[in-house]
Amino acid sequence: MLETIWFALWGILWAAYFALDGFDFGIGTLMPFIAKDEAERRAIYKSMGPYWNGNEVWLITAGGVTFAAFPKTYAVMFSSLYSALLLILFALIVRGVAMEFRSNFESSGWKRFWDFGLWIGNFAPGLLFGVAFANLFRGILIDGQGVYQGSLFSLLNVYGLMGGILFVLIFLVHGSIWLTIKSGGDLRKRAGLVAARIWFVLAAMAVIFLAATWFSTKLYDNYLKTPGLAVIPLAAVAALFAIRFFIAKSEWLKAWFSSAIFIIAVTLFGVTGLYPNMLISSINPAFSLTAFNSASSTLTLKIMLGVALVFVPVVIAYQVWVYRFFAKESTPEVAAAGQGAVGAIKARTASGLKAG
Amino acid sequence: MDTLMLSRLQFASATFFHFLFVPLTLGLSMLIAIMETIYVRTGDEDYRNMAKFWGKIFLINFAIGVVTGITLEFQFGTNWSKYSEYVGDIFGSLLAIEATVSFFLESSFIAVWAFGWNRLSPKAHAITIWLVALGSSVSAIWILIANSFMQHPVGFAIRNGRAELTDFLAVIFQPFAWFTISHTLAAAYILGSFFVMGVSAWHLLRKQHVTFFSKSFRLAVTFGLIFAIVEIVQGHMNGAVVAKYQPAKLAAMESFWNTQTNAPQFLFVVPDPQNERNLIEFGEIPGGLSTLAFHDSKAEVKGLKSFPPSERPSVWMPFIGFRVMMGLGFFFLFLTSFAWASRKYITEKPLLLKVLVYSIPLPYLACEMGWMLTEVGRQPWVVYGMMKTEQAVSPIAASQVGISLAAFIAVYTFLGLVAFYLIARHARRGPELETAPGGATAAEVEYA
Repeated sequence: MLETIWFALWGILWAAYFALDGFDFGIGTLMPFIAKDEAERRAIYKSMGPYWNGNEVWLITAGGVTFAAFPKTYAVMFSSLYSALLLILFALIVRGVAMEFRSNFESSGWKRFWDFGLWIGNFAPGLLFGVAFANLFRGILIDGQGVYQGSLFSLLNVYGLMGGILFVLIFLVHGSIWLTIKSGGDLRKRAGLVAARIWFVLAAMAVIFLAATWFSTKLYDNYLKTPGLAVIPLAAVAALFAIRFFIAKSEWLKAWFSSAIFIIAVTLFGVTGLYPNMLISSINPAFSLTAFNSASSTLTLKIMLGVALVFVPVVIAYQVWVYRFFAKESTPEVAAAGQGAVGAIKARTASGLKAG
Repeated sequence: MDTLMLSRLQFASATFFHFLFVPLTLGLSMLIAIMETIYVRTGDEDYRNMAKFWGKIFLINFAIGVVTGITLEFQFGTNWSKYSEYVGDIFGSLLAIEATVSFFLESSFIAVWAFGWNRLSPKAHAITIWLVALGSSVSAIWILIANSFMQHPVGFAIRNGRAELTDFLAVIFQPFAWFTISHTLAAAYILGSFFVMGVSAWHLLRKQHVTFFSKSFRLAVTFGLIFAIVEIVQGHMNGAVVAKYQPAKLAAMESFWNTQTNAPQFLFVVPDPQNERNLIEFGEIPGGLSTLAFHDSKAEVKGLKSFPPSERPSVWMPFIGFRVMMGLGFFFLFLTSFAWASRKYITEKPLLLKVLVYSIPLPYLACEMGWMLTEVGRQPWVVYGMMKTEQAVSPIAASQVGISLAAFIAVYTFLGLVAFYLIARHARRGPELETAPGGATAAEVEYA
């Protein structure tokens, strides 16, 4: 029972991470193609500036919970995916410092360098997380001793790559909606247009991926066994259409929440399909690691559950507060962002004087 | 080189680099919180500007601390999978608790603090930096509890072929952990204070922003002196804990070979590990080591020879690490005492100011040397007395680790240089003083 609860929490943490950091991934990936000048690039950085750091902690927590609740899965999964994971980590390092360093020095070469860093630092993790999760759904080459017999390139199979492309598309829609909410002027219009158009590509890719999942994985077995679970994929489909519905009505905040629900439902669809497996061996199913054969002791799971029940709601409460805090006050700057630096300074000074 | 050696080098590089940024985050967040509190209490605009100026440096430093910390959490799985499997039940849960309880707190409120200067009341804004400081320090506490489990494992039983938790409170409240915590936090606060003192001294030498930096200086010197005193007293107690729980580490850091009662302390020693002896031993204090380690001049101190060679740490690194760290600890006490006594007419002491500028790197050195002693002195164990480092490594190809190690060195060297440049540049430029309260500085709008 405890193992199942933790398995569910494990899936929810990854889902929360993708739903939050996902918009950073999308905006960063989109930036070189959508920003026309320095003011727009600044507006783009600003749309992520206050959030990326808090979002990234969900990854640390997801990693930490894998370690704490399922040490054996953590050990085998992370060492098997060695190169892919380290690529993600390096990309996240570059992304983080790009956010922080870019504005510290006035030089166009410097700025362009970090702009590239922001792009690769958001594109690469989005893609690689997709590749990694698709491979987890499919199973990887681990032997009876938990030793990985493949390489980075055996992860780059067709199904894995499809997972990568699907994730990138999901994040592009998620990010462009966020950018629409957080920017102004022409940039806002273009971002909205990107969201509306890429949605169709995403919908097509989602259908292809679901079909490929039928052939490449056993994810559907749980749903056939327990038809009630179908509510999860149905929620994903409903959320996907809700995104388009709200985009058409220009209700961007609702579109973003639909997109967040879509991401959560997609992640949970995969994770629920895996259950009780956490790491499937494609060599021999008997070698697979499950929530039961890799879990921590009952005492640890209980203590961790206590900590999670107390602190996760607290974390959610203050993160919601932080998001609302920045949402409330961002309007004058958003309007000014399209007018260039001077406008932004004026707007900020005005709002500051008002507050003071 | 094999996977083991490459993994050790990689983890060592990654932790040493990470810890170049952690102590400044811990120390500076506390100092900035104090500055803002003074501003709220007195309304003195200088303290608000101080929080902003030091805060900018803090943000650069904080970002690198965060991104280099994530790789560490993941490296336990990527490079030390056997270790993770064996102690994850305990060690993993401590890391997960750290993220949930404290890391969210600092990472969420740092943004509110950075962007919230004009949006929050001064009081509410000061609370956000206190939350960041609290989050950072609590974060350090959980990580150090986890590290202490590796140094002195308690509260577990070996079941199902791994270490399983039996007593959570024993793990959290074991003395070893709290000695390490107070030692590390005090060291970080000293480092933060030396940073502020050193940068202030640089400006005071040039007679620029004199009021601003005199105030910064006075705050930092008091803070630094308090923790320099704490550190000396605490460091001695820490040594006693090591003597009790990690006799091989004590023997290595003292290069002490033969077990004996009434063990002497030598003022100057040159080890000769190959021949299991010391080349030079000079300035004997009879019973000195026994007294220092066990508060009893007759106590027995174990020599390295009483441990089988396969269970001895190497001597040179702990030996040097200990001496440099301890020497610097006394130097910090001496320098902060002297600077504190002269704090009111510090601008008339150019030599002292110069010494303070050049002392900025010294607490960094002391911190890294301390960790070298702690971690190398623990070898050959990854979990003391329980699991050897060679048993902990992941079954992965050496070539993979070789490539990632090269990438770590390249990326971190680059990051280190850029961070150093940016921090130095900002520190030299000095504060951008505001003319009108509530107005925005250019730097703030630039922050993205």
